Amino acid sequence: MNRLFLHGLTLLVTAATADCADLRAFVGAKLLPIASPTIEDGVLLIRDGRIEGIGAREDLEVPAAAEVIDVSGKVIMPGLICTHSHIGEVSGGDSSGPIQPEVRALDSIDVRHSSFEKARAGGLTLVNIMPGSGHLLSGQTIYLKLRDGNRVEDLAVRCPDGGMAGGIKMANGTNSIRDKGPFPGTRGKAVALVREQFLKAQAYQSKKEKGGEDFERNLALEAMVEVLDGRRVVHHHTHRHDDILTVLRLKDEFGFKVVLHHVSEAWKVADEIAESGVACSLILLDSPGGKPEARDIAWKNGAELERRGVPTAIHTDDPINDSRWFLRSAALAVRAGMSREAALAALTLEGARMLDLGDETGSLEVGKAADFAILSGDPLSIYTRVLETWVEGNQVFDLADPEDQLWAEGGLGAGEARAATGCCFSR
Amino acid sequence: MNSILMMRSLILTALCVLSSAHAQLVVRGDLVHTMVDGQEPIRKGVVVCGADGTIVAVGKQGSVDIPAGAEVVEAKVVTPGIIDARSTVGLSGLLNLPRHDQEQSDHSGPVQPELRAFDAYNGRDPLVEWLRGLGVTTVHTGHAPGVLVAGQTMVVKTDVESIVSEEDMLRPMAMVAVTLGKSDGGGQVAGAPGTRAKSVAVLRSELVKARERIRKLENAKEGKEPAADLKLDTLAAVLRKESPLMIEAHRHQDITGALRLQKEFAFELVLVGASEAYLLLDEIKAAGCPVLVHPTMARPFGDRRNMTFGLAAKLAEAGIPFAFQSGYEPYVPKTRVVLFEAGAAAAHGLSPRNALAACTIRAAEILGLDGMIGSLEPGKHADLAMFSGDPLETVTRCSGVVIDGKVRSSESR
Repeated sequence: MNRLFLHGLTLLVTAATADCADLRAFVGAKLLPIASPTIEDGVLLIRDGRIEGIGAREDLEVPAAAEVIDVSGKVIMPGLICTHSHIGEVSGGDSSGPIQPEVRALDSIDVRHSSFEKARAGGLTLVNIMPGSGHLLSGQTIYLKLRDGNRVEDLAVRCPDGGMAGGIKMANGTNSIRDKGPFPGTRGKAVALVREQFLKAQAYQSKKEKGGEDFERNLALEAMVEVLDGRRVVHHHTHRHDDILTVLRLKDEFGFKVVLHHVSEAWKVADEIAESGVACSLILLDSPGGKPEARDIAWKNGAELERRGVPTAIHTDDPINDSRWFLRSAALAVRAGMSREAALAALTLEGARMLDLGDETGSLEVGKAADFAILSGDPLSIYTRVLETWVEGNQVFDLADPEDQLWAEGGLGAGEARAATGCCFSR
Repeated sequence: MNSILMMRSLILTALCVLSSAHAQLVVRGDLVHTMVDGQEPIRKGVVVCGADGTIVAVGKQGSVDIPAGAEVVEAKVVTPGIIDARSTVGLSGLLNLPRHDQEQSDHSGPVQPELRAFDAYNGRDPLVEWLRGLGVTTVHTGHAPGVLVAGQTMVVKTDVESIVSEEDMLRPMAMVAVTLGKSDGGGQVAGAPGTRAKSVAVLRSELVKARERIRKLENAKEGKEPAADLKLDTLAAVLRKESPLMIEAHRHQDITGALRLQKEFAFELVLVGASEAYLLLDEIKAAGCPVLVHPTMARPFGDRRNMTFGLAAKLAEAGIPFAFQSGYEPYVPKTRVVLFEAGAAAAHGLSPRNALAACTIRAAEILGLDGMIGSLEPGKHADLAMFSGDPLETVTRCSGVVIDGKVRSSESR
């Protein structure tokens, strides 16, 4: 199959001759395509922001017109994908209520904030930016490609209808429980409030289908209908074993698409998670605790879920884990028994799939977006550095550039919210 | 001071001899990092632990006598027990519940040097066990940064579950914790100074009082000594150089403030955090003070906003003594692990050897305990950490921990 694949590829390469201005060949790196076996000495061919060819150096001819970039001794892997990030000073719902589906994260994000530069420096190319976990439902999340751009619209991933893609953020457990109403004071009350909201959404859905003069738009319920329709994935913060099972119960009742996030006690209910068919996005921390419901969080979550075939991604929860140390999280999972292959997929392709973007990005495959990171070595080694990050064929981070180096490593000025461009700053 | 340490060591040794019913332990490693300066790691090395809990011999396998009947443990890589040069574990517990397991800062006042770490230390908190399982055998722990003068710190082995007597610690009063500028952990402290300048003024006033206190004590006629003053007596001990003042300062103006205070009052200064130390390398070197560098992966917020992952490398290059600390974390991870921070620094210009040294022998030196711990040498405590590979790599597991010649963890983590 591989041979056939490569043959088809060669044809594709030679057939395309018209505009070679944007044709680049990265030659000599070890390629980790994720969806297919490692290529020790490879060629990655990109054109107009897409991957046009990938193969071993001896199998894949570099077109004469291509700009050749020597990446010998380096490692190229797909751009890292974070399914759970809070960069760009994102906010969501306010203190007026526990369920606020009409609130959009996109209306709060500063895409020029230095946390975006730092994420690019970490090798990230796609993030799901979410509001926090202090609500049962804190708002709509947004999927952003880390392109250079001034507006959130410039970075947004687009739905087929042209809208900006994203999910919805929900949370259970202690974060969304508060002492005072209208927030729930107990887990039982929390679930009752969520069920009520879904029942309202179902009623609104059938009303909307009927249409008619008296139909009034309701932004909150509109977003909930997108959840019921499966167009908006529920990204559900959950830690404790019983809270995890509560999410699965609600999913069974209302049929929404859900990704479990953090899932600290996944190892305790791994069979039930596997049976439900949902995906998990994990956080890995250097020590347990910080709150009672994270007491039993374990690095082995990755291994336990992998063993049961549960689709598993890893996230940063930036600023909980700084995006620049994202690769390290996968190494912790491997330390506790997850396979290297699964851990690297958890940073890339699995995350893409959880954002319904598995056909667009997350692996080095012909036709996918040219989203990748160039590393100095093994992605799981602490000594390895991210050298460059490319999004859709454009370089968005280069460690050799002094300003990018500042974002990558820190130093005087790295604490600014935005790159200083005034006359008085010199670095 | 050293003689006191020596004495304590002798007492410990005597106690161990009295209670030694266990077999001698022998640890064999494919690679043994002794961390003795100038000594290369030993391939196919062996460490023989005595029944008294000290190291009897270190050398190549075959060249060292193995006592008959000894218990033999095998490891890929062996290092000295890891030392966390500044932590709050045992005071700031796993669950992070105020009034339950958060004892790292008292908020009733900004100047409380009299708070002793061992009055609050819970050696049975799961975070202590967590660190021990990852190779940390000694912690310098105590009151957290964030309060102008937060309290005292102590040095203790991570297998000590309850503090029964002074002998349970390597140092009951190690340092006094001061913070200039802002740091995590302060919370709302009653009567706290509102500005940087006021903080220094308050601290200077207290140190002036302590100086006066020393004069009074020295001049007091026999039988007419002034009544004890827990606060001033602690600061007087600092001025008499019995314990260093550890000043956490991140912004460059706070670091220079610390150096200025040290010049004025001539105490032993240990700089902590020091995020912007790269701007003041010459000045810090001239002051001769060591630095307990902020965790490499600390969050770059607040006063740490201009921190760099490369600070440890810059300190090494400048010849400034430094060690790694886990510091204080208000949320998650509830404790950091110095070995991970060392690895992260090794990814940013610090040599792996220096990285490992900064959480073993260099840390011991800064704590004044290098006569006992920090390297694998005959006569030192038999504290060892064992690993499945390069100790600095994240994927490497800690396969065992030995403290005072006893296996304290054998679960591979």
